[in-house]
Amino acid sequence: MSKAKISVSNLKLWYGNNEALHGIDVEFQAKKVTALIGPSGCGKSTLLRCLNRMNDRIVGCRVDGNVLLDGNDIYAPDVDVVELRTNVGMVFQKPNPFPKSIYENIVYAPQIHGMVDKTGMDELVETSLRKASIWDEVKDKLHEPGTALSGGQQQRLCIARTIAVKPDVILMDEPCSALDPIATAKIEELIDELKSEYTIIMVTHNMQQAARVSDHTAFFYMGDLIEFGNTSDIFTKPQQQQTEDYITGRFG
Amino acid sequence: MSSPSNLKRRYRADKRFKLYGIAAIAFSLCFLTFFFVDIIGKAIPAFEQAYIQVPVTYNEALKSNYNKAIPKAYRRLVSKAFLRTLPQKLEAHPELLGTTQPEWALANHRVDQFLKQHEGHGLKKKYRSKVEQLYQEDKIEFRFNANFFSRGDSKMAENAGVLAAVMGSVLVLLITILVAVPIGVMTAIYLEEFAPDNKFTQAIEVNINNLAAIPSILYGLLGLAIFINVMGVPRSSALAGGLTLALMTLPVIIISTRAALRSVPQSIRDAAYGLGASNLQVVMHHVLPLAFPGILTGSIIGLAQAMGETAPLLIVGMMAYIPEAPSSILNAATVLPAQVYTWSSESMRAFEERTAAGILVLLVVLLSLNALAVYLRKRFEVRW
Amino acid sequence: MMTTADVFTWFISAIASLSIIAFVYARFTAIKIEQQEGRLHSRPNFFGWYAVSRLCVPTLGLAFLYSIFHMAGLINSNLLLFCVSFGAGFIYLFLGLKHLHKDFRARQAVEKVSRRLFFLAALISIFTTLGIVFSVLFEAFRFFTIVPLWDFLTGTSWNPDTAFLIGAGRDEGGAVPEFGSLPIFAGTFMITIIAMLVAVPVGLFAAIYMSEYASHRVRNMLKPTLEILAGIPTVVYGFFAAITISPLVVHAAEAFGLQADFTNALAPGLIMGIMIIPFISSLSDDVIRAVPQPLRDGSLALGTTHAETIKNVVLPAAFPGIVAAFLLAVSRAIGETMIVVMAAGLRPNLTANPLEGVTTVTVKIVEALTGDQEFDSAFTLAAFALGLVLLIITLVLNIGSTIVVRKFTQRYE
Ligand SMILES: Nc1ncnc2c1ncn2[C@@H]1O[C@H](COP(=O)(O)OP(=O)(O)OP(=O)(O)O)[C@@H](O)[C@H]1O
Ligand SMILES: [Mg+2]
Repeated sequence: MSKAKISVSNLKLWYGNNEALHGIDVEFQAKKVTALIGPSGCGKSTLLRCLNRMNDRIVGCRVDGNVLLDGNDIYAPDVDVVELRTNVGMVFQKPNPFPKSIYENIVYAPQIHGMVDKTGMDELVETSLRKASIWDEVKDKLHEPGTALSGGQQQRLCIARTIAVKPDVILMDEPCSALDPIATAKIEELIDELKSEYTIIMVTHNMQQAARVSDHTAFFYMGDLIEFGNTSDIFTKPQQQQTEDYITGRFG
Repeated sequence: MSSPSNLKRRYRADKRFKLYGIAAIAFSLCFLTFFFVDIIGKAIPAFEQAYIQVPVTYNEALKSNYNKAIPKAYRRLVSKAFLRTLPQKLEAHPELLGTTQPEWALANHRVDQFLKQHEGHGLKKKYRSKVEQLYQEDKIEFRFNANFFSRGDSKMAENAGVLAAVMGSVLVLLITILVAVPIGVMTAIYLEEFAPDNKFTQAIEVNINNLAAIPSILYGLLGLAIFINVMGVPRSSALAGGLTLALMTLPVIIISTRAALRSVPQSIRDAAYGLGASNLQVVMHHVLPLAFPGILTGSIIGLAQAMGETAPLLIVGMMAYIPEAPSSILNAATVLPAQVYTWSSESMRAFEERTAAGILVLLVVLLSLNALAVYLRKRFEVRW
Repeated sequence: MMTTADVFTWFISAIASLSIIAFVYARFTAIKIEQQEGRLHSRPNFFGWYAVSRLCVPTLGLAFLYSIFHMAGLINSNLLLFCVSFGAGFIYLFLGLKHLHKDFRARQAVEKVSRRLFFLAALISIFTTLGIVFSVLFEAFRFFTIVPLWDFLTGTSWNPDTAFLIGAGRDEGGAVPEFGSLPIFAGTFMITIIAMLVAVPVGLFAAIYMSEYASHRVRNMLKPTLEILAGIPTVVYGFFAAITISPLVVHAAEAFGLQADFTNALAPGLIMGIMIIPFISSLSDDVIRAVPQPLRDGSLALGTTHAETIKNVVLPAAFPGIVAAFLLAVSRAIGETMIVVMAAGLRPNLTANPLEGVTTVTVKIVEALTGDQEFDSAFTLAAFALGLVLLIITLVLNIGSTIVVRKFTQRYE
């Protein structure tokens, strides 16, 4: 196995007094797709949100343990979350483009981070949209509102927007759950292309999707990591009974 | 089982219940109609004003005593407001000296009220037939009362207008906007976007709700005790009034701004945070622009409220006699509602119609402001 | 000699132009650093804002301190104001600019300052409340050193006219001033009761009609129309009550062979009631509509009529909300000023006859504070004592309604 991009050790998390993660140890490999699966409420989103500290904003949320990104603790006191989040981008369950033009959606983050000057912006918009395989569909309406696109297009716009910041890691929380099968297929194709450049960690409830797109799979249950391994292994010869029960749909 | 007659009775009771509701609505609407008809009916005569044709003799005597310019018979009919301009006019046009010109002069309020057939006009009996005769001869005519909009308050009812009060209102509201809107919006942003969820924050929230319920007159006491007595802001000044109203409007703006901020969906904030925007950037770049229409609407409604407010302004002294528009925020000023109040306590009959006309101006402005707020809300309403 | 307004104008223009210079300079420096040493931690604009905050925080802070001392009459020197505040601002700015470097976290620094700024704004609401409470409390205490609290609360005769003569040192052995507030509060409550007798039934039935019977479209038209009633300035209602309604009441009373004052309590009470209708109707409409639909369906399925369902199920469920609306309306009526100032009497009158003239707390406050009396006389201080009682009553009513509402929302969570 190659070196871990993100390594999580003994991560515990509380929402108030409710312990949502009970000491998670897991390593996410660089330039690979890792799928997080598990029944609803088991803490997949919670773990994902730990990785770019989106949990900071939740009142009463407390984290214990280590999350190392390239060997640096992201919960160290001198870490700037803004910098962290430019390195670890996030795509959400529901497409959430800003109610601005497609163009502005893309250039917003690079602009506030001072990554481009005026001249580089058109190019950045084009490359980001191309990478997210949506360029051909929107190239003639870059200045129309992003919210006027279809759901699947909006989600790809959100991915393009994330790519524009040039992160190393992209977190995706059920990116296809609000989309129809065709749009889903497009996103899956896209994920497959993106993994040559980015480390991708995605939450999904769709077993086929996990089997199709991911290299590694982590199965969670009630705030614990039950099993982690190569996707092919997990789906063909799971080590744990719970994992087997879950992927064969025997409990839910 | 209930018998049919019982059922019938129950249905009748049901009908009656609905009828009470309709009656309540009808009562309110009837009152509203009656109210507007009454006010408009009282106000309309004020928009016409009697003018009287008098022979004006420009002579030396006029310079020291302007009464001498017109024949004695007219002196009780013409407004002093007209006569006192004559010496200046003569100075500006010396060529008039020694001539007698027929001129249209502002009639005084007694003549005006008498011809409008209002009770209590106060025109002496001996003048009445003369006035009627002049009116028959078209030597007295009614014209649109432009003075009402171009003059300030006056002791002479026929010369009193709303301009000074309107300018005062504008000045006071300007101060109110400049103070209340930034502070209110910032407070709302703090509470919605930055504040930690602790006892202190809750205390601020409870406190704001209480502030919204405190009677306006107590804000007047605050303004008097703090702004005037402690801080030394001049009494009756637009600054004192504006600051007092600003504090009064603050809770309205805070509450509506918070509602507007809350209506911006969390997913937008998530998206921006996910891209590495900081707290402040999320608020400034995304939340605030999206909440802007709501904030605007709330602020307009708050200002409309402040604009109609009188009680706290009386307490900080804004009921002085102000014939001229204030030239600075430290000068004594009056506002439209306060002007309505002072006119309403005048005993002259002519002031009653002016009071109603002032009210009409106030109501038109307020209704337009509220209509604007409704329009903006409809126009920019975003459904998520 | 510079007036306060001049000083203010100069100060604002000075700080504004200096801020612009500081901003441009710091931003420029940041860009230069970026060109020489590589990517900055924060954007150049944040460096600019950082410089502005370094300049403005001490300058404005000291200027604020100065104005407090100035108002207290301790210092009066514009030179001092400008030297000290801008001096401190420059020093602080200079120290800040010295350690600008590539990894300087200007954004964090700016955000800290702006968060504090927002917090400061939020504090103003607290200060306003404290200001109201203390200004009223302070003057009221001064009043109670002259007039015993007990006499104030239980006395039945309000006769302060001689107070300001005494205040002016012209006490010619006349009558002793009396400050018994009972007739004033009695008048307030009488007018409030009349108002509620109008507002509650009309408002409540209007709310029931709008929420239970009217179509969506009709409701959307009725609600804002009724709310016009609450948007009409009170001074207008006052004029209307005094000029139109009062004479009507007098004539109506004559028709029944009764004698009514022109400053009777009925006219302002009725008008105040109409003004308050939307308070009751809008708030009640909201709570009635918040009653869950299944509750209604359950009742209707038992074979009750619509009216019976409303009476037996909907209204009891919405009752706490309606009570809260009622309490808010009462506090509104008690604190209402202009209607009573213009249409009610000035003479304190302990009576139960609504056709007689009575006076109210707010009328007395306005009367005491709009005259030309010395501010320190018992006569004007009495206004603050009355204001204190008014403040306590409204706060109690408001807190009461908050508690009731909280109970109500808990029930359906
Ligand atoms: N903001 C929050 N405050 C308090 N508790 C929370 C919060 N978010 C999640 N939880 C709790 O933490 C646990 C894990 O939630 P999480 O959202 O991570 O589940 P999940 O695996 O993503 O589920 P799903 O598949 O439904 O999205 C749940 O028990 C949930 O109730
Ligand atoms: Mg989830």
